[in-house]
Amino acid sequence: MTMTTLFAALFYLAALLFSVGLIYRIRDYARTPAPLVIPTTPAPRTVGGVAMRMAREVFFFESLFKGNLWTWAFGWLFHVGLALVLLRHLRYFIDPVWDWVIFIQPFGIYAGLVMVAGLAGLWARRIFVDRVRFISTPSDHLMLALIIAIALSGLFMKFVSHTDVIAVKNFFIGLLHFNLQALPSDGILYAHLSMIATLMIIFPFSKLLHAPGLFFSPSRNQADNSRDKRHLSAWAAKLESGK
Amino acid sequence: MAAEIKAPAYRQFSIAPAIQPGSMADTKTFVANEKIQEAIGFPPALVDDWHDRAIAKMGELLSKYRSFKVYMDACVHCGACSDKCHYFIGTADPKNMPVARQDLMRSVYRRYFTIPGKLFPKLVGARDLTREVLDEWYNYFHQCSECRRCSVFCPYGIDTAEITMAAREILNSIGYGQKYSNEIIGKVHKIGNNLGLPGPALTDTLEGLEEDVKEATGIDVRFPIDVKGAEVLLITPSADFFAEPHIDSLIGYAKVFHAAGISWTLSSKASEAGNFGMFIGNYQQLREIAMRVREAALDLGVKRVVVGECGHAWRVAYSFWNTLTGVGSGAADPYAMQLQKQLDHRYKQPMHICEVTWDLIERKVIRLDKEANDKHIITYHDSCNVARGSGMGDVFGGQFDIPRNIIRAAANNYVEMAEGTTREQTFCCGGGGGLLTDDLLDLRVKGALPRMEALHNVTETHGVNFMATICAICKAQFTKVLPYYGFDRRTVGGVHQLVSNAIRLGDK
Ligand code: HEM
Ligand code: SF4
Ligand code: SF4
Repeated sequence: MTMTTLFAALFYLAALLFSVGLIYRIRDYARTPAPLVIPTTPAPRTVGGVAMRMAREVFFFESLFKGNLWTWAFGWLFHVGLALVLLRHLRYFIDPVWDWVIFIQPFGIYAGLVMVAGLAGLWARRIFVDRVRFISTPSDHLMLALIIAIALSGLFMKFVSHTDVIAVKNFFIGLLHFNLQALPSDGILYAHLSMIATLMIIFPFSKLLHAPGLFFSPSRNQADNSRDKRHLSAWAAKLESGK
Repeated sequence: MAAEIKAPAYRQFSIAPAIQPGSMADTKTFVANEKIQEAIGFPPALVDDWHDRAIAKMGELLSKYRSFKVYMDACVHCGACSDKCHYFIGTADPKNMPVARQDLMRSVYRRYFTIPGKLFPKLVGARDLTREVLDEWYNYFHQCSECRRCSVFCPYGIDTAEITMAAREILNSIGYGQKYSNEIIGKVHKIGNNLGLPGPALTDTLEGLEEDVKEATGIDVRFPIDVKGAEVLLITPSADFFAEPHIDSLIGYAKVFHAAGISWTLSSKASEAGNFGMFIGNYQQLREIAMRVREAALDLGVKRVVVGECGHAWRVAYSFWNTLTGVGSGAADPYAMQLQKQLDHRYKQPMHICEVTWDLIERKVIRLDKEANDKHIITYHDSCNVARGSGMGDVFGGQFDIPRNIIRAAANNYVEMAEGTTREQTFCCGGGGGLLTDDLLDLRVKGALPRMEALHNVTETHGVNFMATICAICKAQFTKVLPYYGFDRRTVGGVHQLVSNAIRLGDK
C-alpha cells in the first residue's frame, strides 16, 4: 500500500509540474513579441498557407527531411511510434475504451518496437557521427537512455513478464477520481512508471520544449506579407510615439 | 594576417569535412576603437562590469525577441544543420557548425536563465560567462554571415542569424564592437552612405556616368539626383556609384528607366541602400538608417520607392521597411499612413529593380537584344538575403525566378549550378553579414568554397564564364575571392549589367 501512495503522490506531482511548467512556457512564448517579419523564405503568404507549412513540419518533419535523411528516418519513426504508443495508452485512462483506441492496440505494440529502433538509430548517430558527437551534452544521451528504458520496460511487460493491467487501469482511473486503488507490486512496473514521471517532470525544463517551440518559431509561423500589412510590436511602436 | 591565405582544395565529394577543433579559434576581426564606438552611441571599450551588463542585456533581448527565446530552448541537438554552413565546410572548425555557434550562447543562457543549468551545469552543457567565453563569442559570432542557410534545414526553423545578431547586440552594449560594421554605420549617419562618398562627389560621379553612357551609346541617359516630384526614388548600395562591377548595373537601371520613360531620382540624403544595423542586431540603428529613406521619400514627394541590387538591403526593404518606417502598404496608424497616402499602391512598395525590369519586359515596354550578351555563358548566384529573407513579385519563389527570367530575356546562354547550391539552398558568397573586411580575408576565402565548387563544375561542364548576382556584397566578395580559386575576377557581375548590354535605347 505504501508503494501505491508513493506512486499516487509521484504522479500528482509530475502532472502538476508538467502542466504548470508547460503552460508557463507557452504563455511566455506567446507573450514575447516578435518585432520583425522573419519567415524563412520562400514562405506562404496567407495564414492558411502557414498552417499547411506548420502541419507539414509537425507530421512529416519537412525541413529535417531536406536536412538529413538518416536523422529524418530515425526521428520520424521514433515520433510516429511514440504517438501511437501514447494513443494506445489511452485505454488506461478512459472507460469504456473508445473503439478507435481498441482498433490501434495491435499497431501500438509494433509502434513500441519501431520507436526503440528509431531511438537506437538516433543514439548511434550521436555516438558515431563526429559532428553530432561534438554537440552532444550528457543530458542528450540521458534523454535517449531514459526514453529507451521506458520503452523497453514497457515492452518487457508486454512480451516477457505480464503485469496485471486491469489493476493498473484501476489505479489510474482512481487517480483521476481522487480515489486511491492498489497498484500491482511489480518491480518492472515501478521502474516504467517512475521513469515516465521523471520524463513528465523534466519536460518543461528541457529540450523537449521543441514540441511547443516549433509552433512559436517566427521563421516558420509567420506569413510572408510584410509589404502588404504593417507589422508592429508594442515596444517598437513606442519608439514611434517618442519621435 | 601573417600566414599566406590560400583557397582550400575542392572536395572530391560534397560531404562534410571531418571536424578540426579550434582551427579558426584565433580568427578575430578587428575590434572597434573608442571613436568608432562612441560615434554610434556604444560604450568606447569593454566596460568593467561587462559580465553583469551582458547578462542583463541578454535577459532584455530574451523578453523582446521571441525568435531568440524560442531558439534558445527548442534545439534538440539533432545535428541536421551541422554540415550546412559554408564556414564550417570551408574551415572544418566545429564551432562554425550552426548548432555549435548557437551553443556558445545557449550554454550561457542555460547557466543564467534555466533551472537545470543553475543546478547541474555540466549535465546540460551550461557555462559561466567568463572572459574566455566572451572572446569566443566575439570570434565566432563574427564568423557567421547571417545567411540563414541553417534555418532552412532545422526542423524548428532555428535561425542562427538571429542568435548572431543577439550576440553582436550584447557585445556592442558592453563596448566590444566590431570595427568594420560600426565604422560603416558611423559613416552612414555622418555622410549618408557606407562608402563615405559626400554629396558633391556623388553628383560629379553621376555627371561622369552620363558622359560615359553618351559616349558609348550616343543617347542622353540621365542619372538624376534629388529631383523633387520624380515618380521613382531609387535606393541603391553606394558601391553602385563607383565600384566595379557594380557600376555597370547602375547604368543598367538608368537605361531601364530611360527606355521605359519613367522619371526617377536618387537621393543624396539616402544614398545608401545597405543597412548594417541589421548585421549588428540593433533595432535602433536598423530603424534610424531606414528612416533616411522615409525622409527622402517624403521630401522628394515620390510615388514609388525602388531598391537596387543589394541582398541584405532588399531583405531590410522588403521585410522590415514597412515595420520600421511605413514604406509599404496596409498601415492603419497615422504615422505610416502619412507616407502611404503619398505612394502609388498600384505598385508594390517598396519594389525591387528586378521586379520593375521584369514587369517592363513582360509588358514589352522595353526590348532586349539577347545577342549582345553572346560572349557570356551565364550562371546565377542567389544571394542569401534575397533567397531566404525576402520575396519578389508576390509569387512563391519569385525571388528566384524573376532574376533568372530577366537573364534569359537578356541573353542566350544560361546554365544552372547544381541543385542544393541554388534557390533557397544557396550558399552565401562568404562575405555577407558584416564580414566583408580584409581582416577576415582568410575566412572569406574559405567560406566561398562551396560556391566556388559549384561554379567550377559549371565552368568545366558548360564553359560558364559569367556569374550574375544581385548583391553588392556578393559582387565585392567574389571580385576579391575569385582569383584565389583561379577564376578571373571579372567573372562576377550584376543582372542589370546584362540588361545594360542588351537593352534597346534609340528607337523608342
Ligand atoms: C509537436 C510534437 C513534436 C514534434 C513536431 C517533434 C519533432 C521532433 C524532431 C523533428 C526532432 C529531431 C529529429 C530527431 O532527433 O528525432 C525531435 C527530436 C526529439 N524529440 Fe520530438 N517532436 C515532438 C514531440 C515530442 C515529444 C512529446 C517527445 C517526448 C518524449 C519528444 C522527444 C524527442 C526527443 C527525445 C528528441 C531528440 C532525439 C535525439 O536525441 O536525437 N518529441 N523531435
Ligand atoms: S546563418 Fe549562415 S553563416 Fe550563420 S551559422 Fe547559419 S549557415 Fe552559417
Ligand atoms: S537543426 Fe535545429 S534542432 Fe537540429 S541541431 Fe541544428 S539548430 Fe538544433
